Amino acid sequence: MTTKSQALLNWIDARFPLTSTYKAHLSEYYAPKNFNFWYFFGSLALLVLVIQIVTGIFLVMHYKPDTSLNSSGVSLAFASVEYIMREVPGGWLIRYLHSTGASAFFIVVYLHMFRAMIYGSYRKPRELLWIFGCLLFLVLMAEAFMGYLLPWGQMSFWGAQVIINLFSAIPIIGEDLSTVIRGDFVIGDATLNRFFALHVIAVPLVLLGLVVAHIIALHEVGSNNPDGVEIKKKKDANGIPLDGIPFHPYYTVKDIVGVGVFLFFFSAVVFFAPEFFGFFLEFNNFIPSDPLKTPPHIAPVWYFTPFYSILRAVTYPLFGLDAKFWGVVAMGAAVVILFFLPWLDRSPAKSIRYRGPIFKIALAIFVISFFILGYLGVLPATPGRTVVAQICSVLYFAFFLLMPWYSKIDKCKPEPERVTFK
Amino acid sequence: MSVDQKMDSSRRTLLVATSAAGGVAAVATAVPFVASLTPSDRAKAAGAPVEANIAQLAPGEMMTVEWRGKPVWILRRTPEMLESLDKTDPLVADPESRQPQQPDYATNKHRSINPEYLIAVGICTHLGCSPSERFRTGAASGVSDDWPGGFFCPCHGSFFDLAGRVYRSMPAPTNLEVPPHKYLTDATILVGEDDKA
Amino acid sequence: MTTRMLKNIKRFLAAALFAPAIALAAGPAAPLDKAPVTTDRASLQNGAKLFVNYCLNCHSASFLRYNKLTEIGLTEDQIRDNLMFAGEGVGDLMKIAMRPAESKVWFGAAPPDLTLIARQRSGHTTPGADWLYTYMRQFYRDPSRPTGWNNLVFENVGMPHVFWQLQGDQVAHFTDNGDGTTTARLELVKPGLMTPAEYDAAVADLVSFLVWMGEPIAEKRKTIGYFVLIFLAGFTVLAYALKKNYWKDIH
Repeated sequence: MTTKSQALLNWIDARFPLTSTYKAHLSEYYAPKNFNFWYFFGSLALLVLVIQIVTGIFLVMHYKPDTSLNSSGVSLAFASVEYIMREVPGGWLIRYLHSTGASAFFIVVYLHMFRAMIYGSYRKPRELLWIFGCLLFLVLMAEAFMGYLLPWGQMSFWGAQVIINLFSAIPIIGEDLSTVIRGDFVIGDATLNRFFALHVIAVPLVLLGLVVAHIIALHEVGSNNPDGVEIKKKKDANGIPLDGIPFHPYYTVKDIVGVGVFLFFFSAVVFFAPEFFGFFLEFNNFIPSDPLKTPPHIAPVWYFTPFYSILRAVTYPLFGLDAKFWGVVAMGAAVVILFFLPWLDRSPAKSIRYRGPIFKIALAIFVISFFILGYLGVLPATPGRTVVAQICSVLYFAFFLLMPWYSKIDKCKPEPERVTFK
Repeated sequence: MSVDQKMDSSRRTLLVATSAAGGVAAVATAVPFVASLTPSDRAKAAGAPVEANIAQLAPGEMMTVEWRGKPVWILRRTPEMLESLDKTDPLVADPESRQPQQPDYATNKHRSINPEYLIAVGICTHLGCSPSERFRTGAASGVSDDWPGGFFCPCHGSFFDLAGRVYRSMPAPTNLEVPPHKYLTDATILVGEDDKA
Repeated sequence: MTTRMLKNIKRFLAAALFAPAIALAAGPAAPLDKAPVTTDRASLQNGAKLFVNYCLNCHSASFLRYNKLTEIGLTEDQIRDNLMFAGEGVGDLMKIAMRPAESKVWFGAAPPDLTLIARQRSGHTTPGADWLYTYMRQFYRDPSRPTGWNNLVFENVGMPHVFWQLQGDQVAHFTDNGDGTTTARLELVKPGLMTPAEYDAAVADLVSFLVWMGEPIAEKRKTIGYFVLIFLAGFTVLAYALKKNYWKDIH
């Protein structure tokens, strides 16, 4: 390094912790050397977040959150989306990146969460890291839901109609609460404008804050790894974990490979199947919203369907409250229960590699139930499907609620002293 | 430092190649985003040539059409108005229209294809206000006793004659712009497009 | 060749992903005919001509500008001379004079804007083109309807058969299968100006145009896509080599 640039760096470091921050979070942040495929999804989630923010900024330059009708009888909001798709140079690509990014975000985040579950990344001392992550997931769902209203198509309108009406299931205050959320007695201009403000400014700010908290918490406690052993227990003379390697350059170059592979599949969708068979962009959402006509079959976007299925699965009134209320409770509980995972798990081993067969079976049943619930959420409800959804919902909750018991009696293998690395 | 010392030549090559590819990707990605800042099809359609029907325009009258969001004046000059251009010749800054403020076919004293009709963008070349008409001559104009008729910009006080030529020592630096235009028939003018294109 | 391959891959993917969905969701709907959608310029231009002459009187295409048709190989003069009637500018959107409220009174439902019809009519596994192609060929005489026409795909449709002079008159024969379902068969009883083959080709051109109109950028999008994927594949290989090089230090 030349003396001049060293002098500049010294000047900055005297005023801002540039070098020490760089060291703490990149060049001297020691991550376990045995990360595998599952450890790509954290950095990929960050990448998708950047894609969403950048494309979002450019979409806002052309989008109009306005339900008033133009001379062709189409709302300005819907027309402005088509305007972006057809008339703004490059607009189609920016919009497809954003719409595909929404689904990609959930794919990446679901895989990231699954990674935490199989390797016990939520266990002590990473409880707060996990809670920040769960909050991120919750906020991301709110962000996606509000964003989905903006194109003001049929699915935007009726999806929001159904979800907002869920709040009316809350006893006593429910009706008023859903009216306050809408800002009107029906979903209208007021709803669109506030969802726009929340989607574009408020929720992204919260999301960014939580991402920072998530990363700070991670770097405080250090990363878990596929063996679930703490690398900080074995340090060399300099205090560096024996099984740790600097995040930069080793994991930056590795994550770039992940980025390349991810972008390959992402671009394949963006350029060759941006609707992804009607799952990323629903075909009914190409129809401008019509408050007088519900599409024959409405389903939430795929990433909400497991929770939507749980909602629909509850068909019994209880304690004098109707089934609708308990459905909302069940759906909410399905997300909230994730927060308690660190305290539900009593297993001596963190990683699935050293856990016993009961956990592996329970996890398999949980994943299968989650997939079936997601699949059923896409389809219209029938009595037969409702029974299946009920069974899967029970299995979903059983995975968590029975965990204190089965994780304790499970026969775990002894954890190794050091990470395994080939 | 240890990394630098160990850096073998193949690592250096790979680093350069990957960085270069990443740079290419970043530039390519920027293309649609920058493109989205340029005028859209709607803006271009709004900037399309406009037709003006001048059949009803009486001598001495002016009509205004909108082209690219700007007022375009079409003034049908009376013989007296055309004569006034001789009087203003020594008073204006660029009597022979040397500045490229008009297409070649309007580079003449009357600054138009047909001497009778002045077609000009009604935007002052100073800071973009739209001058107002001062067609009355003499004292009645309220400008000066020997005012031959013309335009006056209310923002910073520039005067123009009836060919859109700016008077000397005015804030406006150049004559009013004559847009590309052509006659589709004797009674219709297409503003924004000429035969050159 | 490549587009065909891509289509087959997409179809396979769709089938693999959603085959169970279809099995569960299969209703009584009649199977749709596969639309021979093309991006051939001449076909799209013919489709544009049919669209403007037969559809644009009642249906708008309010997200499309006339001069966008230059992308299917027409010149602005051709558009102005052959496809425009009401004296709009060539940069104008394809709107119609009929107000949605009035047309609702006349037809019972406002004729929908058709810009996005091909995308709106799509299903998870069936392209909207198939629906449109089948729909436009399955009108039949039905005196009980106000327009005198009915349709096998869109029962009790409000739209009259605008192509009846071209296609001729069809009547429907319904046979009871005995299990509560019926099978419909259409018979051409009065030939039109076109032979059935010519008519199918004309409808295919129109549907191809509707598909193009739904997303005019689609072709370019795929072309760019090939370059992007090839680039990303190369980039990933480079990045992997770089990673290998760095990680040889880690033991």
